[in-house]
Amino acid sequence: MMKHLLASAAFGIAVMSGPAAFAETPPNMLVVAMRIDDMITLDPAESFEFAGGDVSRNIYMKLVNFDPLDLDAGFKPEIAESWTISEDGTQITFTIAEGLKFHSGNPITAEDVEFSLQRAVLLNKTPSFILTQFGFNADNVAETIKADGNTVTITTDKPYAASFVLNCLTATIGGIVDKQLVMANEVDGDMGNEWLKTNTAGSGAYSLASWKPSDSVTLTANADYYRGAPAMKRVIIKHVQESASQRLQLEKGDIDVARNLNPEDVAGVLKADGVKVVDELKGRLMYLSLNQSHPALSKPEVRQAFKYLIDYEGMTNSFLKGQYTVQQNFLPQTYLGASSENPFSLDIEKAKALLAEAGVDGLELTVGVREAQERLEIAQSFQNNAAEAGIKLNLTVGTGKQILGQYRARELDIYLGAWGPDYPDPHTNAGTFAFNPDNSLEAKATGLLAWRNAWDTGGLTSKTASAVIENDTEKRAALYDDIQAEFRETSPFVIMAQQIEQNAMQDDVTNFSGGQAITSASYWQVTK
Amino acid sequence: MTDATWKDWLLSDAPRSRGQARLAGLYQGWLKLSRNWMAMVGLGILVVLVMVAMFAPLLAPHDPFAQDLLLRLKPIGFEDHLLGTDSLGRDILSRLIYGSRITLYIVALVTLIAPVVGLLVGTVAGYLGGFVDATLMRITDVFLAFPRLVLALAFVAALGAGIENAVLAISLTAWPPYARMARAETLTIRNSDFIAAIRLQGAGPLRILVKHIWPLCLSSLIVRITLDMAGIILAAAGLGFLGLGAQPPSPEWGAMISEGRRFILDHWWVATLPGLAIFTVSLAFNLLGDGLRDVLDPKDGGSQ
Amino acid sequence: MSQVDVSQGGRHLAPLLPKLMKAASTVGSIAITMLGLLFVTFVIGRVMPIDPVLAVVGERASQEVYDQVFIDMGLDRPILVQFLYYLGDVLRGDFGDSVLTARPVSQDIARVFPATMELATLGVVLGVVLGVPMGVAAAVFRGRLIDQIVRVLTLAGYSMPIFWLGMMGLLLFYGILGWVGGPGRLDIFFEDIVPTVTGMIMVDSLIAGDWDVFANAFSHIILPASLLGYYSLAYIARMTRSFMLEQLSAEYITAARIKGLSEWQVVWRHAFRNIRVQLITVIALSYANLLEGSVLTEIVFSWPGIGSYITTALLSADMNAVLGGTVVVGLIFVCLNILSDLLYRLFDPRAK
Repeated sequence: MMKHLLASAAFGIAVMSGPAAFAETPPNMLVVAMRIDDMITLDPAESFEFAGGDVSRNIYMKLVNFDPLDLDAGFKPEIAESWTISEDGTQITFTIAEGLKFHSGNPITAEDVEFSLQRAVLLNKTPSFILTQFGFNADNVAETIKADGNTVTITTDKPYAASFVLNCLTATIGGIVDKQLVMANEVDGDMGNEWLKTNTAGSGAYSLASWKPSDSVTLTANADYYRGAPAMKRVIIKHVQESASQRLQLEKGDIDVARNLNPEDVAGVLKADGVKVVDELKGRLMYLSLNQSHPALSKPEVRQAFKYLIDYEGMTNSFLKGQYTVQQNFLPQTYLGASSENPFSLDIEKAKALLAEAGVDGLELTVGVREAQERLEIAQSFQNNAAEAGIKLNLTVGTGKQILGQYRARELDIYLGAWGPDYPDPHTNAGTFAFNPDNSLEAKATGLLAWRNAWDTGGLTSKTASAVIENDTEKRAALYDDIQAEFRETSPFVIMAQQIEQNAMQDDVTNFSGGQAITSASYWQVTK
Repeated sequence: MTDATWKDWLLSDAPRSRGQARLAGLYQGWLKLSRNWMAMVGLGILVVLVMVAMFAPLLAPHDPFAQDLLLRLKPIGFEDHLLGTDSLGRDILSRLIYGSRITLYIVALVTLIAPVVGLLVGTVAGYLGGFVDATLMRITDVFLAFPRLVLALAFVAALGAGIENAVLAISLTAWPPYARMARAETLTIRNSDFIAAIRLQGAGPLRILVKHIWPLCLSSLIVRITLDMAGIILAAAGLGFLGLGAQPPSPEWGAMISEGRRFILDHWWVATLPGLAIFTVSLAFNLLGDGLRDVLDPKDGGSQ
Repeated sequence: MSQVDVSQGGRHLAPLLPKLMKAASTVGSIAITMLGLLFVTFVIGRVMPIDPVLAVVGERASQEVYDQVFIDMGLDRPILVQFLYYLGDVLRGDFGDSVLTARPVSQDIARVFPATMELATLGVVLGVVLGVPMGVAAAVFRGRLIDQIVRVLTLAGYSMPIFWLGMMGLLLFYGILGWVGGPGRLDIFFEDIVPTVTGMIMVDSLIAGDWDVFANAFSHIILPASLLGYYSLAYIARMTRSFMLEQLSAEYITAARIKGLSEWQVVWRHAFRNIRVQLITVIALSYANLLEGSVLTEIVFSWPGIGSYITTALLSADMNAVLGGTVVVGLIFVCLNILSDLLYRLFDPRAK
């Protein structure tokens, strides 16, 4: 009824003030337009897509979490009020804060934390590697993740850098679920997985009102949220596929925030009154990789040649303008140890010389690209430059799943794609770009980018393994700098650019946070 | 012979040979068609299209693939880019000109596949009847019942994106109506006296089908093909629009719209020009097809 | 008075048995067609180089997770066995769960189909309301200006790439002029207000008596529906014209004119009356075409209908959703076809 009145009032105003006036969203409601068709589940143990991460971050609290108003500070206590690390560095004991409640009204206990983390390991869904990389598995999880009174202790197989472990717990999979509610909805021993796909059992600033796939997600504010009731009583995330549509709706005042505008529409929307654009550096990297099982591509000179066939400056100044910045290292800027050395630039002559040196001539290669406009443009620009250096590139364009299948099976000569970090620690990228313990076909390490490109990383695998257990932050950063320097020169990866997210919004929207490079969007701090 | 005698010969009331009769029929049809100004406009556009496709290298002011990131999204009439440039700074006019080749290629290939398959299935089903008829017609029904674009999409997805596969997919969705039509025609011809007479002379079913039934189905088939062309071009453009047709950097018109739609608010011409090109060619086929129908299939009701 | 009525009497006297046989064979052929449809879709889904497992597990999955899901989905069994299992489920009314929406496919279809139906219905209504009079006028004034205008208008309708026209329409009527609502079915703050009864928002808002929602829904649907309407108009007007021409040249029309009936009466009371049945078949066919042919319109207008549902599912290898959606659309198409066939047979003596 309330909703109804609200809407009638809004419509009434719009009608009364005539056709020229802008419609306006209600003052305590945030309407966000973005693409959410990649969301396939809301279960934190399973969710692994961008849109799902956004929703999850607002619904589930974690042991430790980021403050959207102070992201630079790194993780802060949330459900865990404090933690201690054992002498040998393999045990972290969290003390659970008192007085926190789930949306259901159940208190948050150590038992819920134990259940949530064990559950993520036992369900063994795609993102489970974020936890299982610490040595947790179905057999030992009862011992390695253990509640005792109001504390939870996790025991890792190696003395990993504590920041690495804690950073991993800020990922979506670290979301704490309401054990009682979830187990009440268990079917056939699935630990509530089926139910949690479309329902939520969290304790965060918002609870889920509805999720209509590829249409909208509606969140309702949690009045009992521990940081205080959010100003936006309702958040609606509306699926709008086209950038032009998002822009029109923003200009019309039908929405508050548009999150997928392309550079042309960003430029256009800035000309409209009452709209601003807020830039955030994201962790996503655009790269292309050369399959090392191809005889020509495995030659070091050829690998280097390709790094000179990309028009880094030209692209980031034209069709990627404002949305990507040149980055030629596998760690995105703002990550611990991220290098800012970008030595390569478009140099056809140099590439030709390198190719000649390698004795390669008349190369014809297949490039797999996903059907997405910016990637197609990058691919065509690359194709154009390669042609000038005497390399013929055939583009194979397909849907994400199609191209990905070929990539994982090592079937493509060249793959052009994007990579986003899974959790805010340098190991997330180092562990996939520069880490490949067994390069054999039988190893089927399809989750590792180095393996997908049949690249035996040489010494980088062991260097990566030692960096991740270095507890001294400065030394750790130096180790990564070292790995990146070698990677730049020897790897078959041509890292091109890092994403900048341009969120366009009404002028009155303040404190909106897309989560930068380390986490997802959050809404509780937004006012307007 | 002079022009006048040619005309007399063609319009003669008493043709002396079968060839003369046939040519005379065609000529009279042409005379009728040429009185339909709309069909003539359609034909004119198509002739221009063929010429443009043939002489594309001479007509195009630029290389359709040459990029210039500094000159991207320039408006109509910018320097020597008559119709502006696209997102990668390629000349739109040149791309449209080369794109006409792709359009013609699609049209030609589909015409070679769909009606032939349809004719084969339809006439065989109609002539043989019985179990063969039932089976073939059920298969036809299955393909008819498919949502057309979804079927085409599925095939392209199965075969991989690309122009040839798009053509194949469109053909697969386009043949059932031809089969139905050919079957209906065959059913009416099958029991006619002249077929019975031929059969008495000892002609086998294959001979009867190929030499006697197919030619009779031809005129309605041609009308149908011409009217279908627009649909085929639009379907190909739709696949291109969804990224499943021609692969970049190919200047296929549907793909050009798809590329340009991102700029529709500030750089409308990038998507609009290929849209207009598709519209013009489709309309031309429709105008011609409509006129042809008046000539070849008058019972459907023409304007004259 | 018309030929239609005369033939009716004889038909009713026909023995019942052949009719029943006919009905049985019709149902049988629908069943076979559906089976074929399912099988072809199933095979396409399996040979497609889009990996259904990846649709579930995503890009980052380890091989171990991948293999587990592969077995869970039953993909290790021979394709025919998979098909039989699937068929068994479908016969029990279970289309399986969609990967993309994490919900039963039947539930998804119940949600997306009304959206398409609402759009297609309004489209065909517009097509009939405008197309029939245009067709009649073109036939009556054959060869004159109005005929030529109708001809160009309808041929143009056949020739327009709908996605392009849709984008242009959105730009002009929503972006520049602001006359209509934007993409989607409703403005955001009108959503979830009226209870879902039919799933067609305009109908639901009428049931709830909520005129604001109705007005908003109308402002959103009018543009895409007009586009679809234009397409069906093109078809309906052309067919109406040619049916009318046939009637107008018939002898009874000449007789009626000689009797001194006004031209209006001749056209509407006599000629038009006789083409009604043929028109209904045409309308049913064009309705079927709109139901399945609105894929691109739905994509351009972010319309959450069955066309975009199937397309998205297909491109993500969400095969349960594709199969379920295709069967529903196919079934409706076949049923409408048979219905129009039946109508034709029942009421038109010449079809005998």
